[in-house]
Amino acid sequence: MSGQPLLGEAPVETTKRSVEVESHTINFGPQHPAAHGVLRLILEMKGEVVERADPHIGLLHRGTEKLIEHKTYIQALPYFDRLDYVSPMCMEHPFALATERLLGIEAPERAQYIRVLFAELTRILNHLLNITTYALDCGAITPALWGFEQRETLLEFYEQVSGSHYHANYFRPGGVAKDLPPGLEDRIGEWARKFPAFIDDLSGLLTENRIFKQRTVDIGVMTAEQAMEWGFSGPCLRASGCAWDLRKAQPYDVYDRMEFDVPVGTRGDCYDRYLVRMLEMRESLRIIHQCLNQMKPGPVKVLDNKIAPPKRSEMKRSMEALIHHFKLYTEGYHVPAGSTYTVTEAPKGEFGVYLVADGTNKPYRCKIRAPGYAHLQAMEVLSKGHMLADAVAVIGSLDVVFGEIDR
Amino acid sequence: MAENEIAAAEPAAPENPLRALGAAIAAAAGGAVTEVTLARGGAELVLRARRESLPALMLLLRDDPRFAFEQCMDICGVDWPQEAERFEVVYNLLSLSHNHRVRVSVTTDAATPVPSVAAIWPSATWYERETWDMYGVVFEGQPDLRRLLTDYGFEGHPLRKDFPLTGFVELRYDEELKRVAYGPVQLTQEYRNFDYLSPWEGMTTLPGDEKVHLNRLEGPA
Repeated sequence: MSGQPLLGEAPVETTKRSVEVESHTINFGPQHPAAHGVLRLILEMKGEVVERADPHIGLLHRGTEKLIEHKTYIQALPYFDRLDYVSPMCMEHPFALATERLLGIEAPERAQYIRVLFAELTRILNHLLNITTYALDCGAITPALWGFEQRETLLEFYEQVSGSHYHANYFRPGGVAKDLPPGLEDRIGEWARKFPAFIDDLSGLLTENRIFKQRTVDIGVMTAEQAMEWGFSGPCLRASGCAWDLRKAQPYDVYDRMEFDVPVGTRGDCYDRYLVRMLEMRESLRIIHQCLNQMKPGPVKVLDNKIAPPKRSEMKRSMEALIHHFKLYTEGYHVPAGSTYTVTEAPKGEFGVYLVADGTNKPYRCKIRAPGYAHLQAMEVLSKGHMLADAVAVIGSLDVVFGEIDR
Repeated sequence: MAENEIAAAEPAAPENPLRALGAAIAAAAGGAVTEVTLARGGAELVLRARRESLPALMLLLRDDPRFAFEQCMDICGVDWPQEAERFEVVYNLLSLSHNHRVRVSVTTDAATPVPSVAAIWPSATWYERETWDMYGVVFEGQPDLRRLLTDYGFEGHPLRKDFPLTGFVELRYDEELKRVAYGPVQLTQEYRNFDYLSPWEGMTTLPGDEKVHLNRLEGPA
């Protein structure tokens, strides 16, 4: 009974205390499964609401641009596979194009078709990973398991042309490394006919999924004006309502012969970014079918052996071919002085290479413009006023890969 | 002013819309643009700008409906150590409404700041931070000029041409400190930078090899 005030005693005076919930700072990452790599995000929280978000990047910085300055053009190419390791061939594409443009050469038609074909396969490869891991961030496990199985099929196509799953080193200045092996076109065609059924399945899991929509609709809204001023590109820009696609607006290789639609969102939220990517996969399939139908046999790299290496069989018989091979893999080729900013529509957005050549066999400067870099920068605008869990959905919807952001 | 350079760089294509655009920008910008060139055979428009009038030029490029460069896609530095102002800062702008691009470049040295364009395009912040980090170019009016890509406490500006590829420090796990620690870089083998350009030092054309150099690739002007 000791706890109760006895009768007759003065009641214990209760003071009114107001407790202020101070804003506190959360260190999100760099070892966090939803950080999609090595993102360190300093989140200033008010309760559970994000006040400020300050991404710290560079934990995967490998000095790619510096390394490229010390390599010949041929040696620099493999570094691009290691940028956005989710879509390697799309990374090689602008460097190959930039070098070609400075050299003043053009890849043969078949090589251009092969590049477009594989760029679109890569787009599906990328979107499969992004959509499914994004769903994983929002609590759905099944899409990731299904998507990775499909990715394996695509990576086998990679392996069949380049000998490697990820580090393809396949798109070269002047064409592609080697022609498609026999039967691959049929196998890709067969896969492309079956794949829409998978997109339907995936869409069935997510598009009308109540939980997924609760996590993504009206989260991380970006208006078209905001998206433009923050340097957005690719699906993130299109989700905000800008019908902008470099494959249409500034076509390269044989994209001007391809017929496809550009899916555009209306609200610019996380859900729209998901929808745009889903629709883009179907458009990519259309392009893949057109490539397979239009492709004709022919050379896959320029015939000038000063730029493209001679055939192995020729090297066994021809002294000249042997010399060419030796010179190409030691000295490389000299690129005339000049500069170019060459862009391609990578799966994540505008991937640009600003290449300055000084007439020697090594690039003087190679600036890599990664789309995810600009998207991640807008993290604070996108996640401000949202809950912590929504910040995770925003990161997932932006499709960040640190290979390309940190370079 | 600009006419001679355009004519010299691009004699083949008389109806290049980029040339008209370049001339229009140069006329509208007054003295801010010092040089208009067409790079890569007339396919890319390059403007050299005066450093002090950069913000005014950028505002004009964004807000004038004839130019309407809504997006600043990329800012990067280039190091030319032999120049008086060794750093070049390159801005790649994109207009979605007109579907054209322009490249604006200004020069500076390690001490002179370049006016920031972060107030014009918020996307410029990280690009300017990166340029500061990599080259040591200072941006005036940039409120958040921290390093971006290098480690906390990093010293030096790694993309400068006089910064060695192997760097000065390397990381290792220190058993005594029980954490990773920096130490001076130790290479088991010296970095081998072969100069394939000349078989002998200083002799770039060997007797009898003149033909090779004459036939060396001549690309577009």
